Amino acid sequence: MVGERAQPEVIEKIRKELGTDKNVLAQYAGYVKLLLTGEMGRSYFTNRKVLDDILIKFPNTIKLAFGAMLIAVPIGLFLGFLAAYKRNTPADRIISSLSILGLSLPVFWSGLLLMLFFSLRLRLFPPSGTGDLSFLVLPALTLSLPAIATLVRITRTSVIETADMPFINTARAKGLSVFKINSVHIFRNVLIPLVTVIGLDFGSYLNGAVLTETIFGWDGIGRFTMDGIIKRDYPVIMGCIIIGTIVFVLINLMVDILYHYLDPRVRLYAPDR
Amino acid sequence: MPLTGKIAGALIIAISILALFSPMLTSHEPEKIALDSIKQPPGPGHLFGTDNKGRDIFSRVLYGGRISISIAIIAAFISMSIGLLIGLCAGYFGGIVDTLVMAIVDLILAFPSLLLAIGVSIIFPPGIYTVMIAIAFVGWASFARLIRGQVLTLKDAAYIEAARAIGCSRARILFVHLMPQCLPIGLVMAGIKLGGYVLTEASLSFLGLGAQPPMPTWGSMISMNRAYIASEPWMVLFPGLAIAVTTLCFNMLGDALRDKYGLPATAEKIKI
Repeated sequence: MVGERAQPEVIEKIRKELGTDKNVLAQYAGYVKLLLTGEMGRSYFTNRKVLDDILIKFPNTIKLAFGAMLIAVPIGLFLGFLAAYKRNTPADRIISSLSILGLSLPVFWSGLLLMLFFSLRLRLFPPSGTGDLSFLVLPALTLSLPAIATLVRITRTSVIETADMPFINTARAKGLSVFKINSVHIFRNVLIPLVTVIGLDFGSYLNGAVLTETIFGWDGIGRFTMDGIIKRDYPVIMGCIIIGTIVFVLINLMVDILYHYLDPRVRLYAPDR
Repeated sequence: MPLTGKIAGALIIAISILALFSPMLTSHEPEKIALDSIKQPPGPGHLFGTDNKGRDIFSRVLYGGRISISIAIIAAFISMSIGLLIGLCAGYFGGIVDTLVMAIVDLILAFPSLLLAIGVSIIFPPGIYTVMIAIAFVGWASFARLIRGQVLTLKDAAYIEAARAIGCSRARILFVHLMPQCLPIGLVMAGIKLGGYVLTEASLSFLGLGAQPPMPTWGSMISMNRAYIASEPWMVLFPGLAIAVTTLCFNMLGDALRDKYGLPATAEKIKI
């Protein structure tokens, strides 16, 4: 912060300013006090308020996470259902192999390939930067590939498991239409693991898709955290971790509340208490 | 084991042989700079072309494979050992030990794994050992959870009770009676995790936190050559292909192992 040949007095002065001359507990108390006033301190390097920077970058991260999920959820569910219904046919094998492939591609490579093809060869989208929808397409697509792969696998497994259950046989025996069995009986049961996985993915994307954001120069939380970590910019790191934790807890809470609506078995009944 | 698992296993053996015997398979030195032959496209002289410093990409990919695969295997071994030890203790002793350990495990599993690994690898100077530590720091948790579950089901088995009755010490019960029962499932889990570890290693070295230049790694090759993607795409294409094929084979083998040993099909941790 002060350069290699700083005067001892200058170093002492900065230590006083940052409060690093006090012991660890006092520093921690100071930070908690700061948090309670709704502040997160200033970056060591830019001297900007950490919270201000996070508030600028977080919406970008939200956009990217939503974009990726908008692509991943419909495609993942559709392919997963398809694979489950065409179980052990060539279609299933192709979809299942593609889903393992999706989990095996490093995003920093698939992102570069997408960039090479769509922006440098076809010139459809800008290769990097943060901006309107056209900037969002490629990073969201890159990020959605592993998410699609996970969703396909989870959907396929859960649909197959549910379809083997006795109550599906009952539904079929009492003459329900195939559509009704799928949309009501199977889908409701498949939703529960799906919501869990989507929530986990979404939470981790909101904590920053470091690699995707780096490749596409997307100005989000992931790159901000990464820069902070590399420069040892502790106020930035702590701020990002705190925001990330809050987001994660909120997402998990939302998933738990969703369970209540999706699965009657986890509902808490008043008469039982 | 299904056919895909066998094919994947065979491919992994092939890849390992390629990596192991790389000095015999290529006449080019991976770190030798040759400014008279920079940016050459793939051809008979240089199978995968050369990069912006004239280094042969084929030999760099082969040598990089040695580093990436050995880091993944060693990290898996460390994770398994730590997870085995902690899982055994948590499952056997129960109570406060169990609660505490499982709280830490949940914490680690809930946090985005790549960010955690980045955070850990910053503490130590970058290098291959740091990558192993970072992967193992995140990796032990899933082993510990699995082993703990295994111990909980075994703990009340008759032979453990018998061992206790004849006066075996706790250490003997843990390491002589319980550990051999948990080791196989731990090894299977290690096989399942290897693909993810290859990907994590590549991601960390892509971010500049892995093995340092001039040592070739797949991730760092992509990050250093990505400025040339428009004009000389082979510089990025081949290292990425190496990562993808290796991870794919490990993941296919992992799937086959999972099916065979009936482990729960939990979602793979996604590298973001």
